[in-house]
Formats: sequence, structure tokens, C-alpha cells
Amino acid sequence: MIQQPGASGLIFNESLVWEKSRKGRCAMSLPKPDVEKSPLDADLIGDAPNLPELSELDVVRHYTRLSQWNFGVDSGMYPLGSCTMKYNPKTNEVQAGRQGFAGAHPLAGDEFSQGALALMYQLEQSLARITGFQAVTLQPAAGAHGELCGMLMIHAFHAKNGRQRAKIIIPDTAHGTNPASATLCGYESVNIKSGPEGILDPQTVAAVMDEDTAGIMVTNPNTLGLFESNIKEIADIVHAKGGLVYGDGANMNAIMGIVKPGEIGIDVLHLNLHKTFSTPHGGGGPGSGPVAVGKTLEPFLPVPRVVKELDTYRFITDRPDSIGRIHTFYGHFGIMVRAYAYILSMGAKGLTDASRLAVLNANYIKESLKGTLNLPYDRPSMHECVFNDEFQKEYHITTMDMAKRLLDYGFHPPTVYFPLVVEGAFMVEPTETESKEDIDQFIRAVKSIAQEAKDNPEQLKKAPRLTKVTRLDEVLAARKPCLRG
Amino acid sequence: MRYLPHTRDDIDSMLKVTGHASLDDLFNCIPDHLKTKQGIDIPEGLSEWELNTHMEALASQNIACKTYTCFIGAGSYDHYIPAIIPYLISRSEFMTAYTPYQPEVSQGTLQGIYEFQTMVTELLGMDVATASHYDCGTALAEACLIALRKGGANRKIAVSSLVHPSHRQIIQTYIHPAGYEMVEIPYTKEGLTDAAALEKMEGIAGIAVQSPNVFGNIENLKAFKTAADAKNSLFIVSFTEALAYGLLKNPGSFGADLVAGEGQSLGIAKSFGGPGLGLLAGTQKQMRNLPGRLIGKTKDANGADGFVLTLATREQHIRREKASSNICSNNGLNAMTAAMYLATVGKTGIREIAQQNHDKAVYLKKCLTASGFEPILDSPFFNEFVMKAPQSFAEKRKHLIQNNCIFAGLDLEPYYPELKGHYLFCATETVSKKDMDHLAKEVKS
Amino acid sequence: MKDLKDLNFPDDVKYTKDHEWARKEGDLITIGIDDYAQDQLGEIVFVELPEIGAGFSKGDEFGSVESVKAVSQIYIPVSGEVVEINAGLEDAPELVNQACYTQGWLIRVKPSQASELDSLMDKAAYLDMLKG
Repeated sequence: MIQQPGASGLIFNESLVWEKSRKGRCAMSLPKPDVEKSPLDADLIGDAPNLPELSELDVVRHYTRLSQWNFGVDSGMYPLGSCTMKYNPKTNEVQAGRQGFAGAHPLAGDEFSQGALALMYQLEQSLARITGFQAVTLQPAAGAHGELCGMLMIHAFHAKNGRQRAKIIIPDTAHGTNPASATLCGYESVNIKSGPEGILDPQTVAAVMDEDTAGIMVTNPNTLGLFESNIKEIADIVHAKGGLVYGDGANMNAIMGIVKPGEIGIDVLHLNLHKTFSTPHGGGGPGSGPVAVGKTLEPFLPVPRVVKELDTYRFITDRPDSIGRIHTFYGHFGIMVRAYAYILSMGAKGLTDASRLAVLNANYIKESLKGTLNLPYDRPSMHECVFNDEFQKEYHITTMDMAKRLLDYGFHPPTVYFPLVVEGAFMVEPTETESKEDIDQFIRAVKSIAQEAKDNPEQLKKAPRLTKVTRLDEVLAARKPCLRG
Repeated sequence: MRYLPHTRDDIDSMLKVTGHASLDDLFNCIPDHLKTKQGIDIPEGLSEWELNTHMEALASQNIACKTYTCFIGAGSYDHYIPAIIPYLISRSEFMTAYTPYQPEVSQGTLQGIYEFQTMVTELLGMDVATASHYDCGTALAEACLIALRKGGANRKIAVSSLVHPSHRQIIQTYIHPAGYEMVEIPYTKEGLTDAAALEKMEGIAGIAVQSPNVFGNIENLKAFKTAADAKNSLFIVSFTEALAYGLLKNPGSFGADLVAGEGQSLGIAKSFGGPGLGLLAGTQKQMRNLPGRLIGKTKDANGADGFVLTLATREQHIRREKASSNICSNNGLNAMTAAMYLATVGKTGIREIAQQNHDKAVYLKKCLTASGFEPILDSPFFNEFVMKAPQSFAEKRKHLIQNNCIFAGLDLEPYYPELKGHYLFCATETVSKKDMDHLAKEVKS
Repeated sequence: MKDLKDLNFPDDVKYTKDHEWARKEGDLITIGIDDYAQDQLGEIVFVELPEIGAGFSKGDEFGSVESVKAVSQIYIPVSGEVVEINAGLEDAPELVNQACYTQGWLIRVKPSQASELDSLMDKAAYLDMLKG
């Protein structure tokens, strides 16, 4: 019997940070005052904020214990579908931490920031070459921010052409950020259904595409892990009516070196550096969501833009058609450094291999588990595959129960209950950095859980048992919101 | 490639299971005409040694690679970061986790961010703070949208002309497509927002004022609260220097409905302007209008305390086109950093650091005045202030950067064309009396 | 979720296709969501209601009911002005689960066209619709 990674270790209890506070402690080495005190008028001054008072070891122990209650990619396999939880290389952190980058003031001036500008320029070029587009902005701070940026450009494009449009087409497999981003631009979402094979049918698009529709938002590969093979026909239909095609590149990890979105009819695409390009997810961010465009939309990119003139780089803001600014400075530069380091480390072949192996891993899981879990769309997968709990219904076991039980086995569960088109979805994205042994162990864990669903369903209902806390009462949290201590 | 674990044998045996003859066959589901004809036109991968050399060469082209003295703020501040902060935040359980969708194995992030929310509400005097936004500018734009959505027929947002110029541009970008309008409130010769100018403005859904403002001056927030109430509009306060509220009366005490701020000062590296930390807080009444993640306290099945993502029905993954915002990923790791910083400085530390920032800035202003600079747009300030420079300063300033690694103030002319020859100076706890005396001597005309 | 036969549909209210109910009480009409709707939603955590004095036309969205992971819009069965809202739901939204036709009512409306009530479904018609 090969051991599963899940085990019960020593978990420390740790109180809330202010409960450890004792008046008079301070963990900060305060500089000695070397100028005279200049008190402000009393009516401008408030009470000191009531922050906890701790020693340095108190702080260190508090956050060390908290960290031990967390599961990260470095802890174990994290096959969270649509999130691309691949390994975050440590050398990337070293690069971002260099004094010349981490210490750079954003307003130091172009002349004194040539290294930062060069890096941004080269990263833009690399991303353009990976995606097959002409130009890239790095300003968006996250994927959803990139979507907003792209949709603002589509909006500006139609405005420039003299007639704004009212609607945007969004497939049922889309991330929730798609319709939310479209709404911010004042577009009404026209939701369309995917075909029986889990991909869009050009006829469905043709039926709703008209001259009052700004375009379509397509995720390719889509959130079922399937390649939208009619994308070119769909793009032609949309373009023929004067619309534009927005590509959600959240799943770019499946197709690097295989398909370039800029070559298949997509007009604008956002990328997630924290997915495809290995930057850490940080417990929810910061991410980075660059946007790539073709010639049509290039004039609308946000300012400032980095340009290269001979051997020097500078920011320009004089771009009359630009949508304007979307970040206080230039975006998440620290994340750009990490992604750039990743691209340099991987090279063209490394990136292509990453996609090939990500797709191999997903197909391997799909084939290995398809008798164990129901597979609503049994078609060739890209980088992820979506199962559901249909086979477990007779034992009254849900996707949630299986996900929680996986925690006891030492795995982070897949994405659950998304995409919405699959009831009880269980969406597995292993990524290329998981080895065959780790994947085999995951497959055995899922099979074992499916067996438990038959033999001992109670065990699944009570899962997880080995974690710091058991299942949490989300109804209580929402009914009586307690958002601060 | 060291990040890819597959051996040739692994690949062969896995392909056997999937039923493909080769890795290329895995992509047979993609029509040939959609596949790219060329590979990716970028160089082959570098070894870690080569990468280090390449990256250090780039980093060394930034002047920041040297020890420099920073008298610039304007939204990105040079503060001391205690050694424990980068040490603790690089724990990979924090860094390599994602949004805490599975609370049972995410209590570290969840409790940490719950504590962050609590400390932010303490700092700002507000009821609710979100789990973070991208930066102050985007948080402020979202706050303006909250006011505009609730404003009905009032479709304008009044924004102080002393809100950070970039933030005003972001607001414009965000509100423009929905047909809303931004009107700017002019500033006075004291370097403060002219509250009286609001009287004539109509159709205002919200009033946004930055304090300390972009000139570093402390605004009379009470006057704007009165104006907001008179217009039945929301009162929004922003700030770029979070440490100011270690000393100043907080926005909550002036009746702010929403507060948007930049948290970079709280232990986060400048990093060429990002990632920083957007802070967003509101009154209880605004709780369900706030965009982004919120962490709440609850109980587990055994009755133990625990934390979860809550009030998710506001968010895009549930409400889709009707969501209050499209935000998904936020700046969580930087929120955790800020929480660590606030726990490190504590109640007495934050007061002392804030006071020192103010003291140093006052001293710097005195020094520069003695060196021939003219105090202008003059009001009580926190750690930044504006001075009109002598004629010769522009040349000297460049020289100081190149030869002495001293950043002596920010030229305001590109942002306020009427302020030719005016510079915005900043002093934080990282500059010493010696640094300031040195600067004063160098720029003396 | 329960079987239809285990759900409660009283005779003294009228039903809509969107699963709201309406009951005439003197000059006013009381409105809520029915047993089918509350059962489908699961544990209700928040109810968003309009301001008193707000006017609506039949079929307008007048609020929403939320569970932890879903939001459901609610539509007004008759035109009129809101004269009372169930303020108790702010602290106890679970009343909608526990007693949707009594303590869990949502709003009271002064109808502008009382006859609209007659166009709604009675229990038998509603059950037919649910059975499809």
C-alpha cells in the first residue's frame, strides 16, 4: 500500500492577533528621533489606532502558526480547475527581490528607470510572440482587470466608429468575470448555450449576432477544458457584422506554441501571469492580467505605453484614442519581473513542452477516472477535465463531500460547482508540473473515495477530519456577518 | 527543464493510457488550420546562472540598485520594512495558496485577512473593510461607482482636483462608458480643496476628497461631509499615505461613507509602483455594496471558531452581469503583508513613526526655506509639501540624482501646468537630519 | 429538496409563475415567496426589500432573496405602492424558510388595480404548472 500524503500532524492553536496584545510591547525597531518634535494642531490629531502590541517573536510565531493552517502548491497537488496552480519557481522571487527592482520608485523618471522599462518592453514583446498579437499592455492588475481593459477598448473602438452598440454575446461556459466586465462597460449580456459537444456552434452565434452587438467573449480552450474548434467561423460571423472577438486567455496554459490566438480571429486577449506564467497566487493575489491586441485595437491601449527609441526606453502618454489609465502607475511590476524570469527560464521549447505536458496530465486523469466519476463531455481534453457526481447520487454523496474527503487524503480539491453548465462539476486541472507519481496518487485517492461513497458514505459526510477545523457554517457567516473582531 | 518532471518513460506510459501515439497527437482535436505554423519566436531557456546575470544587468540600469535618498512620495513611499516582514510573507503556505475556496485548509489566509480587515477598520474608523483591492486608484474608482449607481438621477461625481492625478484619470476611465461624469473641485491658494465651490454643483451623487491631499496638506473633511449631506450624496475619502492615520483624525470620525486608500506604506516594497495595496472600507450601510472578497467569522461543525469567504452573492461568480464589480483576484498577499506590518508596529509604534514622518517633513521644509525655496500652497501637512524652487534648481536636481543618488522632490508641472517650478517634497522616517542638511546645502542658491 | 407532495400550498393565496404568492388583506395585498421557492433556494441568508413608498408595476423586480451561493430576483404580482415591509427579516431571514406564508411575508402593497389579483393562479392551476 502506497501511503497517501494526508496525515494528522501537530496543529498549533493560535488566538486572534489582538488577544496576544500586552500594553507596552512593540516589535518594531523605531528610529531615534534626530529632529525636534513638531506637534500638529490638536484638532487635527486623532486617537492612536488600537493596533495590537506584540514582541517580535509574538509576531513571528503568530504568522508561522497561521501559515501552517494553509495548503499551498508547495504543500501538495492543487488541481484547482481554471486556476492553473503550477509550481511557482523560487528563482523568480530572487529576481523580483533585487534592490534595483523592488526598491525602484515609480516616479524616478524614465532616464533613471531604464532597467524597469526595458524589462517591461521585453516582456510585452515575448507575450506578443507567444500569443501572435502585435501589441501588449501590462497595466491590468489581474485577469478581471484585463477583461475590463479589453472590453473598454472594444467600447472605445465602437465609439470611435461613430455608433456605440448595446450588447455582447457571452457563452454559458464563461467565467463570471466576463459578464461582470461587460456590464461595467454598459453592455447587456446576451447569454448563449454551448452545443451538445460542449463547444459553441457557429449557428448559435449567427442567430444572435447583429449590428447592435459589440462582439463576443470567448474562452478558448473553454472552461470545460475543450478547444473551441469553430472559433474561426465564429469570428468571421462576428466580424462580418462589425463586432469584435474578446478572448479570455485564462486557459492559455494549454496551447502555448500550438495555437496563437492572434492568428485565429481573436481581436483582443487577456493573459493571467499568475496562471500561465507561474507567478504565485498569494492566497488571492496580487496577479497580473496583460492584454494583447492586434492592429485594430492597438491605438486604444491604456496609457502610459513603453516605447523603445534606438537604445533607450520611455513612457508615452500622448495617445488620443487610448482608453486612458487603469492603474495608478504601470501595473504590477513585481509580478511582471517574475513572469519575465519564467519565460526566460523556459524558452520557446520549455513553454511548448509545458503546454504539451499539461494536456497530457489532464487527459491521463480523464482516462484514468472516467469509470469512477461521471464525465459529462467525453471528448479530447485540453489542460483540464470536468467530472461530476452523477455516479454517486445513489449513495447521496455530492461533489462537495468528495472534495472535502480529498483534504483528508492530503490533496487540495479541484474546482467544484463550476462551470455552471455541469451540475455538480468537479473540475480537475493538474498542470504540467505534477509528476506521474503524484498524479497516480491523486487518482488512487479519488478511486478510494468513490469506493468509500458506496461502503461508508458517513465518512465522506463528516470529512474533513484531519484539518484544523471541520466544515464551516457558511449560512451563519452570511446571516450574521461578523467581518471584524 | 527542471520544472517539468516527466521522464521519457512517464510520457510513454501515460500516452498509452490516453491512447495517443505522441504528445502532438494530444492536439488532434484542434483543426490543423488553427495551429500555428511557427513556434514561439523567443530565445531558448536560460540556466539559473544565466538568468541571474541577465536580470542583475537589467536591475542595475535602474538607479534604485544603489542606495538612494528619496525625497519623493506622491503615492509611493520609502518606509523602513522590518526584516521579519519579507521573511514571514515568503512562507510558501501563504505565497503559493490561492483564494481560500476550501476554508478547512485555508484558515491561515482567512484568519490573517480577517485580522487585516479588523486592523484597517481600526486605522480608518470604519465599520467594514474588504479583503483588498488592486491599488488606491482602482479602489477609489469603485467607490465612485457605488455612489453613482445609488445616485439615480444624480449622475456626476465631484472629485477634488487634489486627488492624485492618476487616480482622477482612473475614475474617468471607469465611469465614462456608463455615461457618468466627473467634475473637479478646484483648489485654493492654501493648497486645499475649495469646499465652497461645491455649492454651485448640481446632480452630484458623491464627493471624493483625498486627505492628506496630493500636495500633502490635511483637508478640512468636516466641510465636505456637510456639503455631501446637503446634496444627499455619498462622502468618499481617499489617501495615498496610510501612515498618516497613525496621527491624524480618521475619515470615519468625519462621517465618511466610503474610504479608498493606498496601503503600500504598510511594509510593501515600492517595486516601481506595483503591486501595492488597495484599501476599501465603508460604513455598515455600504457593506453589501462593497466590491470584492470579505472574510467573516463563523463556527465549524464541532462549534469551533473559524473563518470563511462570505457575502459572496455580491460577487461576479454568482451574480455575473449584476455583480457589484468584476474583481476576482485581489492583492491578498500584500494585505497579509500590511497586517503583519500593523501587528509589528502596534499602537505605539505607528504613532511614533507617523509623528517622526511629520517632524522630518517640517524640518525639511525649514531647511529648504532657508536655502531659498518659497513655501507655497501652505497649510498643515503630514509628510509631503509643495515648494516653489529657485531658478537654478531643475539643473541641480538632475545633478543630484546622477551624482549623489538623491531624489530631490517631484516636478509638479506635468500634473499641474500652472505650477511651473513647483516641487512636491516628501520626508519619511528613512531620511536622517544629516540627509536633509546635505540636501539643503546642495540646493542652496 | 422536497417532493411536491411534501410542500405546502395554502388555498387562501394566489400564485405567480415566478413562485411569489399574494394574499388580499382588507385594502392591502401581502406578498411573499412560496414554499417551492424557499425550498429550492435552501437556507436564506438575506432578503433585499424596497423602500416604503416605492411604486411598482406588475411584473417589476422589487427585491431579491439570497442563499449562500445564489441570488433570486423577486417580481411583484400586482401593481401598487409599498406601504409596509417585513423589517423582521433583516435580523431573521430564516423566517422565510420557516414560515413563508406567515411570519416570513415580504411586503404589503396598496394595489393600484386590485383586479390584477384575479389574473394570478390559484392553488390548482399553480400545482399543474409545477407538475409541468
